[in-house]
Amino acid sequence: MNSWPCRRPLSRIGARVSSAWPIGDLRDSEVSLAALWQAYRLRTRRRLLLARAFRRRRQLTPVADRTAAIRRGDILCFLCLRNEAQRLPFLLGHHRKLGVRHFLVVDNASTDATPQLLRDQPDVSLWQTGASYKASRFGMDWLTWLLMRHGHGHWCLTLDADEILVYPHWQTRPLPALTDWLDRQGQPSLGALTVDLYPDGPVSQAQYAPGQDPAQVLQWFDAGNYQVQVQPRMRNLWIQGGARARAFFAQTPRRAPTLNKIPLVRWHWRYAYVNSTHALLPPRLNQVYATDGGELTSGVLLHTKFLPGIVERSAEEKVRGEHFADGAHYASYYDRLTQDPVLHTPASSRYTGWRQLEALGLMSRGGWV
Amino acid sequence: MSFGVVMLCHTALDRAAQVARHWAQAGCPVVIHLDRRVPDRDRDRLASALADLPAVRFSARIACEWGTFSLVRATNLAATQLLDGFPDITHVLLASGACLPIRPVAELAAHLAAHPDTDFIESVTTADVGWTVGGLNQERFTLRFPFSWKKQRRLFDGYVRLQRKIGFQRRIPDGIVPHLGSQWWCLTRRSLQAILAHPDRPRHDRYFRRVWIPDESYFQTLVRTVSTKIESRSLTLCKFDFQGRPHVFYDDHLHLLRQSEAYVARKIWPQADLLYRTFLTDAAAPTRLAPNPAKINRLFAKAVERRIKGRPGLFMQSRFPTARRGGNLSAGPYGLFQGFDELFQDFHPWLTRNAGVRVHGHLFAPDRVRFADDERVYKGGLSDSASLRDYNPRSFLTNLVWNTRGETQCFHFGPGDVQDIASFIAGDPNARAFIISGAFAVPLWRSNRPFPEIRAEAARLQKIESDLIARFDHPDTKALTRIWSLAEFVENPAEPLLQLLDDLNPRGQHRPADMPQLVPLGGFGAFLQDLRNQGMHPVMMGDFPANFDNAEKNLT
Repeated sequence: MNSWPCRRPLSRIGARVSSAWPIGDLRDSEVSLAALWQAYRLRTRRRLLLARAFRRRRQLTPVADRTAAIRRGDILCFLCLRNEAQRLPFLLGHHRKLGVRHFLVVDNASTDATPQLLRDQPDVSLWQTGASYKASRFGMDWLTWLLMRHGHGHWCLTLDADEILVYPHWQTRPLPALTDWLDRQGQPSLGALTVDLYPDGPVSQAQYAPGQDPAQVLQWFDAGNYQVQVQPRMRNLWIQGGARARAFFAQTPRRAPTLNKIPLVRWHWRYAYVNSTHALLPPRLNQVYATDGGELTSGVLLHTKFLPGIVERSAEEKVRGEHFADGAHYASYYDRLTQDPVLHTPASSRYTGWRQLEALGLMSRGGWV
Repeated sequence: MSFGVVMLCHTALDRAAQVARHWAQAGCPVVIHLDRRVPDRDRDRLASALADLPAVRFSARIACEWGTFSLVRATNLAATQLLDGFPDITHVLLASGACLPIRPVAELAAHLAAHPDTDFIESVTTADVGWTVGGLNQERFTLRFPFSWKKQRRLFDGYVRLQRKIGFQRRIPDGIVPHLGSQWWCLTRRSLQAILAHPDRPRHDRYFRRVWIPDESYFQTLVRTVSTKIESRSLTLCKFDFQGRPHVFYDDHLHLLRQSEAYVARKIWPQADLLYRTFLTDAAAPTRLAPNPAKINRLFAKAVERRIKGRPGLFMQSRFPTARRGGNLSAGPYGLFQGFDELFQDFHPWLTRNAGVRVHGHLFAPDRVRFADDERVYKGGLSDSASLRDYNPRSFLTNLVWNTRGETQCFHFGPGDVQDIASFIAGDPNARAFIISGAFAVPLWRSNRPFPEIRAEAARLQKIESDLIARFDHPDTKALTRIWSLAEFVENPAEPLLQLLDDLNPRGQHRPADMPQLVPLGGFGAFLQDLRNQGMHPVMMGDFPANFDNAEKNLT
């Protein structure tokens, strides 16, 4: 949810478009002094991120450490959350069914039933911390440490509490089938687009019971307004758009939330997420897209931010100011959210399943049939 | 009369045991070759799981590496043991641990009994195969491959290049014509015995030891020298992805596998409980569907195409082509109209009526997006916000075209609009651009603004339009482009109008009943002269006649 610095100079008028055109200018990687220097800088950055995560490991207090139960080849899920008792039952259930064998969770000062709920799960290891979410790179320092310590050699799924992973054939092919396929393809990471789900009325009006599938309550999404560009430095895509960009960032599109994520990675302790799970280092892990016109396998993170409770939560988050690097710019975003907006329009699409998402081009099976 | 099975196993041994039991219980003896790298503990577990079946035996173990002769040696050992140990079998089926019989064993036995002298083995000369990945066909037989393709790729590739450069060739032994084919075959006892007991076998083995992926060519080649009747197709269904790796079948392929003509499928995902449960109980027989191998082929061909070519015009998280590979391509044809709404009062409804297309207003207007019917949010959630559009105009346009696949989109454009998108449109083969140059001056002339303002505005718009036309007149332009000067156009408007209908819908029947009405242009020539007199040089309109007047002209 962080804002990205953008280096595109705006040229509004002028038929000849400059070379700063943001997309389509993806160049082949080349061997040059500049490229080597860039690679060196990114390497330094990655090591700094790791060192930082290592330092912050002391902020984590283990509450329930069941990591001894992790077996070779298990798929692990890493979460950092706060006050998610409402979403947790479905979140755990869904990903457990997909084949996640162990959840490693950082609870950042929850005040609701979250810690109790997590402590009693047989496949959850729980750490607690009261330290600042923002100062910990929005929880990524803590997760980077846990990934470094426990994720090495495993396929690791790193999620937010309001994200539900779906991918082609997910009902019939659990995650081990997917990771097998990715292994065989030599694809070390899976890209997933965050798709905002919303109800058909004001966002506070939906009725949701914990454990229920949020897609029953939040039935709608934006099907075709995603803006794609590439950030050449780390060769990651930068996708924005969706319902939030349309409703809240129509005047400041550059600040609209980043929607591309790389939640599933065959982890090595030397890897590090740079910015939430939007991009990783080393940069080759960001190559979750084909540049030759083909399609790689990808998934979608159904984003359940707009469950009831969003209104109060937004008011609270605005005061806490823990969610954006430059929170002042997002004050109006929170204000709009607290006004209980209606996101639904006649152009919205009703969510019916992964085949629909694939047909719409929001994700792809690639060659996986 | 029955057939025997040679199984090559190295992983998922519990599944292999299940399948071996299935074969044996149906009366087919099995010899299992287990990779030597499998730990003894696992071997013992497998052996004890099958201990109650006398018809299941284990051959001597060899460490097998993909693409090497070790696989052929393992096959030969196991096949010899099978033929010697079970003298009454007539055919030998080669299978792997990940193969699953998808039709009742009795059906396969009956099929083989009906063709007692036929060898079922895919065997194609190297000149005729189209499926080898990596470009090594004939060269598999004429180069040396001492390095592992999987573990020493650089050495492998380098050594191949070196041999090509030097022009090195191995001599193919006399009497051998290289053939390739699926490594999963079903041979008659007579043919297999003839291959195994061939007087030249040491020479063959020596030769094939250095051939690349000999398991796809050893039997396929030698069977040609001994067989009387070859049916060149495999009884095993095995599909490959674009990298040449076998596709894996999952539970959701059950329906598909039931329509297969093949008797065995490979590879099955070890956790595909439903497949194993369904096909290893002989209840599968009554639910079999009419064979439809074309459907299976289609599905997998489509998968390869999706992986390699993708869906043109789609830009998303796992497809983002570079400019050369489709980065400048939208999903379907669309039309750009410049100068038409300035010249005609009723062009919009006329085009909608006659071309069967969706006509938008100025999509790239500076204040907001003018969608058709003045929609605020268009299909797929496209917002009418100009700043969202201008943040990434290419995504805006490609999204619009993608969201409305099946319906041609048309929109007005002009020098007053945001021009960033022009470059993309000019390079897009799906674009149809119809431009009347100089038409921007007509509304200026009809406006009541002060003349100095009009003059400045005309100069500004003319500059923008000339840049745009330079872009569209460029040799790199891929868009279908028609440019008329205003003077040319008003001379005979009907012809360009008919032409654009043809361009938009080449297969349509275009005999429009009516034509849109030109706005009256009497006095426009004088206006242009005024501009000239004020020191501006209006060139985009062409040689517009000073006394032009269309007041009494009827266009139809």
